[in-house]
Amino acid sequence: MSASHAIEVSGLRRSYGSHTAVRDVSFQVRHGAVTGFLGPNGAGKSTTLRMLVGLTTPDSGQARVLGSDYRALPNPGRHVGVLLDASAQHSGRTGREVLALGAMAMGLPPRRADELLEVVGLDADEARRRTGTYSLGMRQRLGIAHALLGDPRVLVLDEPANGLDPGGIHWLRTLLREFADRGGCVLLSSHLLREVEVIADLLIVIGRGRVVAQGAKQELLAAGGTVVRGSDAGTLAAALAAAGIAATRTGDAFLAQAEPEQVARAAAAGGVVVLELRPAGTDRLESLFLQLTADDSRETVRR
Amino acid sequence: MTTLTLPPALEPAPLAGPAGVPFGRLVRVELRKLVDTRASRWLLAGIAALTPVIVVVMLVAVKPHDLTYEKFVDFTQAPQKYLLPVLGILTVTSEWSQRTGLVTFTLAPNRGRVLCAKAAAALLAGLLVIVLAFVAAAAGNALGGPLRGGDGSWSFGAGGFRDIVLVLLIGLAQGLAFGMLLLVSAAAIVTYFVLPNVSSVVFNTAPGLKADEKWFDLNTSTSSLYSHDTTPHGWLQMLSATLIWVVLPAVPGVLRVLRSEVKSG
Repeated sequence: MSASHAIEVSGLRRSYGSHTAVRDVSFQVRHGAVTGFLGPNGAGKSTTLRMLVGLTTPDSGQARVLGSDYRALPNPGRHVGVLLDASAQHSGRTGREVLALGAMAMGLPPRRADELLEVVGLDADEARRRTGTYSLGMRQRLGIAHALLGDPRVLVLDEPANGLDPGGIHWLRTLLREFADRGGCVLLSSHLLREVEVIADLLIVIGRGRVVAQGAKQELLAAGGTVVRGSDAGTLAAALAAAGIAATRTGDAFLAQAEPEQVARAAAAGGVVVLELRPAGTDRLESLFLQLTADDSRETVRR
Repeated sequence: MTTLTLPPALEPAPLAGPAGVPFGRLVRVELRKLVDTRASRWLLAGIAALTPVIVVVMLVAVKPHDLTYEKFVDFTQAPQKYLLPVLGILTVTSEWSQRTGLVTFTLAPNRGRVLCAKAAAALLAGLLVIVLAFVAAAAGNALGGPLRGGDGSWSFGAGGFRDIVLVLLIGLAQGLAFGMLLLVSAAAIVTYFVLPNVSSVVFNTAPGLKADEKWFDLNTSTSSLYSHDTTPHGWLQMLSATLIWVVLPAVPGVLRVLRSEVKSG
């Protein structure tokens, strides 16, 4: 019964009319880690998450949570905590009532609502207010409280950091870190690289309905090569080529596929003064990400 | 302020077992949703508050020989007649208009079961306010004699209760059907109040349609439930009109609820 991965998604595809929101998405998410699901707006993140929790039926492929179809889980709220849209709350219900209803549906006592209010830092006065009066940050906290109500092993959160201030993001990171350290699985989506970088250990990058990169955050960030800028771009290009180092030019700098030391030696051998030399770091991921975003905006213009 | 990072752990829940949430629990959740927002509270409070007001107005304004139980019921059931369908509409549409369906259908993925729970909750609440109409009418009739020298006749019979319960529940079911079909509160409420009246006007004025009116028009075919003299032929006509106005919109409505996406953001 126990699955090796908390979440397994294979070959998911979903179209709306002529628009294919999710083309072919496969990935696994493991226990004990925070996995970021990163992609520009419209990349297919939300549709994938909705298919994962049984709100949308895929055209093909399948999604399994804790080894089973989400819709087959008994009392799913006790196993998977879900936050898809913090603003999707009845504006006339109080914050506490939202949690009390959730607790009731999961077969939990009403005092569970109060425990969660304390966890997300909504005070008694705020809990008595109707959610229509809440700021986006408060709604996110309420939504995260709702996701945690049933003491689940898996959390699926769509853009949970959206609307949180820096303090709130720090709080969210601490909370998810502890959740993962206790063996829980977190899958959270975001369209902001910086945000995910802060919170997640593992990354799945999605663009135009496909997974374009995935792995440990360090790996994805480290495998970027070296950024180098020299006194003369032409001479530097020749020097890198002479040393057999592949490089792509961006402006007057180069992204070289080698360690900084090798790059510096090649430049020295070619007699070029190095003005800038650093590991590409997030740049590769960022450029990948920017490219995805640019592709998508072109697509939008064409349509 | 010291806050916990994570909530206290709970007893582990079993991964094996029947899917989703038990029906009884869903009905309790849906009953609670009927009274936990201002809109739904006002609706039920409105029904509850209007009923005694109507009794008082009748005690003051109606001629003494008209102060009978049947007459009282005719009037005390009026708020229910107009507002119960709205309750039926809102219990369905709020999940879409307020997008709470995202949470509802994530916690309970079996939408058919959720729909049945909604219908059951609306039915229970409906029966409760229908009983209120009967009780208020009885209080009015009991007071009518001593206060105004009213007729005070209690003749009503089991058939009378059956007729009123039926007409009110048909209205509630029609509300549920319109709610499922349109999924938007305002559109469903407007359509519910306008379309049946358009039908009545058309069948009343268009030449040649008047004869068949009771087969098609729900208002006309259920009017005999108020005069308590439905004939076997009349029951058939009512069944036909109910199929048209309740079942016909409900079938595509159910399919829509089961299949349509609850949009986010």
